[in-house]
Amino acid sequence: MGGIWALDNLNLLPVVASSNAPIYDELFNVLFVIGIILFVGMTGLVIYSLIRFRKKPGQVGDGIALEDNLPLEIFWTAVPAIVVLFVGLYSYDIYERMGGMQSLSTNSHDHQSMNSEGRVWGGIGLTSQDDIEKNSLPMINVDVTALQFAFLFNYPEGEIVSGELHVPRGQPVSLTMESKDVIHAFWVPEFRLKQDVIPGQPTVINFTPTKTGKYPIICAELCGPYHGGMRSTVVVEEPEEYQAWFKQNSKQKEMEL
Amino acid sequence: MSISLPPATENNSNSLQPTGWLRFISFSLDHKVIGLQYLVCGFIFYLIGGVLAGAIRIELLSPISDFLARDVYNQVLTLHGTIMIFLWIVPVVNGAFGNYLIPFYVGARDMAFPRLNAVAFWMIPPAGLMLITSYFINGAAQSGWTAYPPLSITTPAAGQIVWIVSVLLLGGSSIFGGINFIATILKLRRPGLKLMQLPMYCWAMLGTSILVVLSTPVLAGTLILLSFDIVAHTGFFNPALGGNVIVYQHLFWFYSHPAVYIMVLPAFGLVSEILPVHCRKPLFGYITMVYSIMAIVVLGLVVWAHHMFTSGTPPWMRLFFTIATSFIAVPTGIKFFNWVATLWGGRITLNSAILFSCGFIVNFVLGGITGVALAQVPFDIHVHDTYFVVAHFHYIVYGGSVFVIFSSIYHWYPKFTGKMLDEKLGIIHFVLTFIGFNLCFAPQHWLGLNGMPRRVAEYDPQFTLINQISSVGALLMAISTLPFLWNILYSFIKGEKAGNNPWQALTPEWLTTSPPPVENWSGEAPLVTKPYGYGEKNSDEGSSPITQA
Ligand code: HEM
Ligand SMILES: [Cu+2]
Ligand SMILES: [Cu+2]
Repeated sequence: MGGIWALDNLNLLPVVASSNAPIYDELFNVLFVIGIILFVGMTGLVIYSLIRFRKKPGQVGDGIALEDNLPLEIFWTAVPAIVVLFVGLYSYDIYERMGGMQSLSTNSHDHQSMNSEGRVWGGIGLTSQDDIEKNSLPMINVDVTALQFAFLFNYPEGEIVSGELHVPRGQPVSLTMESKDVIHAFWVPEFRLKQDVIPGQPTVINFTPTKTGKYPIICAELCGPYHGGMRSTVVVEEPEEYQAWFKQNSKQKEMEL
Repeated sequence: MSISLPPATENNSNSLQPTGWLRFISFSLDHKVIGLQYLVCGFIFYLIGGVLAGAIRIELLSPISDFLARDVYNQVLTLHGTIMIFLWIVPVVNGAFGNYLIPFYVGARDMAFPRLNAVAFWMIPPAGLMLITSYFINGAAQSGWTAYPPLSITTPAAGQIVWIVSVLLLGGSSIFGGINFIATILKLRRPGLKLMQLPMYCWAMLGTSILVVLSTPVLAGTLILLSFDIVAHTGFFNPALGGNVIVYQHLFWFYSHPAVYIMVLPAFGLVSEILPVHCRKPLFGYITMVYSIMAIVVLGLVVWAHHMFTSGTPPWMRLFFTIATSFIAVPTGIKFFNWVATLWGGRITLNSAILFSCGFIVNFVLGGITGVALAQVPFDIHVHDTYFVVAHFHYIVYGGSVFVIFSSIYHWYPKFTGKMLDEKLGIIHFVLTFIGFNLCFAPQHWLGLNGMPRRVAEYDPQFTLINQISSVGALLMAISTLPFLWNILYSFIKGEKAGNNPWQALTPEWLTTSPPPVENWSGEAPLVTKPYGYGEKNSDEGSSPITQA
């Protein structure tokens, strides 16, 4: 009960802003409820035992000489095993729905930043497979460079290099990321997605933004003294606004040339 | 090896040792002295690590970086983590209680290799001093206790190298200790004492020592390669020279996940000793306890990559490590149910020892639940490297291991000193610690879920209030050490006399004087075949489960 109240009232998670996030929250809620039941149950048992079986004044002698009880022990081996099995299968299902099991070759696209070995790792967040079929929108590819202490976003199609990530609502995005120096991590809490950005090895992360707004991009891997300040913004806009931004910035580029 | 190892039963070497308090600053070969050396030394480092934690919590009172310079913050963070793990928890739950108790439990007069034992202890203070003084000389390491390259290769080399050397020394000390425990438990058992009659802490230490011996050398090798990268500009882990940073992470966590079990399995063992005594009941499910420990040891070796779910690991690997990690919950769960069953139907004295042990159960259950959640790749992808993880592992190491250490001190202090600790102060200590701890770390779950990464000196202002609450909790924890310290010192001088066996316990360390003589028992070692033989059926007759040999 308390757990369900907490789920509804405590804002345990930030805004949902990608197609990955509601799936995540579903998993979170299930784990949260199971967790609360187990925690309250165990804590209750401990407190109850301490009170009920405490030594009262005047009492002498020991407790009962109970050493073991095979059926009971089998029971509480089975219970966690079943819970864990359920959690595992369920989270596998979630993982698949998030696109985690998609083979990367189908989603990886000829990217100039992909290194010669073509080893691209990562790739969760490809919930967009569905989305692609549904609205047949093309995937937006962005190359991300992380360096101490900033992210740079390069749109190969418009030859845009930006310090902010602009993406249209409802269209799948694929980021191919590489670091120039140490390990960083790309994290957008509102998308519930994170991927390390590694030097010498491109990594990929995909998402489909579903809610317009500005969300923080946070570096989540210790990368030096200014790690805490290594942030950027992802701007999710309506497709028209995004197109305008894209045109304006690629035009700027043309004029400079 | 250049050290000659005297046979364990030979006591002549001990007669040359200083007596009185001087023993405690000497190269003593007495396992009890060494155990207390570990304990006191560890506690001093705990206080230092705690001051560093305080500095971190002060910095985090405000969302901007204002209290410590940014690079100093990272040094303080790195020192805090390293000290707490390698100089406090590991040496105390293994070295201190292991050395003190294991020879008693197996019915021996000392550890298998007393000299190696003393060497292992005396590696610790210099390693710790080196680590701490590096801060004042060239600046300490600042790449976190994980020292991931390339950051650890590009930050100032002096501090990082000192860090590596000191962790190597501490790892070496831990390996020596592990070998010693394995040899003692397997080879020095008193005739007639069977493995399945040993107190549970022996099994915990056997399992832990296997982990230590198998995994610590991997850490050592890895850190040596890392030091080559730093000083000789080799390219093992340096991508600029063709190295691979992910390989480091695999090698590092191959040790450092088992390290978690090296910090908690002995604590599990200690709790299994404490609960039956104060509940006046046998330890429930001895056999399943033993098998769970061994299952945890085996599984603990194959779960390391759950720390690398966002490192770009391939999907099959993510799944394998999710499953393996989740399954550790099964043997761990068994142990917790067995402890609750030990409480059930007991005649429980609600003293400080039992309160800290029960605090441990509650805290660790929460840490274990968040642990199973973190093992699920899709869940971890969002909260990895955030304050959620900071909360999780403090519930394990602080709520778990540190609570057990306190419980153990309340339980064994009368054995160590012959004096009782003051119960009122003990209960104040418990209440303050329990509230402070939960106030400090519970809100951090929320911080992580909502977007605060770990290892940062500055953060989004929306998190200010929760961080301040967390710092108040840390302040309470700091305050809680005062009644404890006072209790320890005051009781040592003025405490009530304990007698030999104030708890009427049945394990062998209590079947001698408190404090015990150098040779542990004046006569032959007692044969304790039922260390948990409490319970009504033998209490009235006083029919002792101990066969006096
Ligand atoms: C005395 C109470 C303690 C307080 C208030 C405290 C507080 C903190 C804080 C605020 C951090 C920084 C988290 C981050 O930014 O990543 C931290 C990190 C850490 N703490 Fe504690 N801590 C305490 C005790 C312990 C203990 C007993 C251990 C035992 C192992 C421990 C192990 C660690 C580790 C391993 C880190 C990570 C360091 C790193 O990121 O390199 N802490 N602690
Ligand atoms: Cu960073
Ligand atoms: Cu781990």
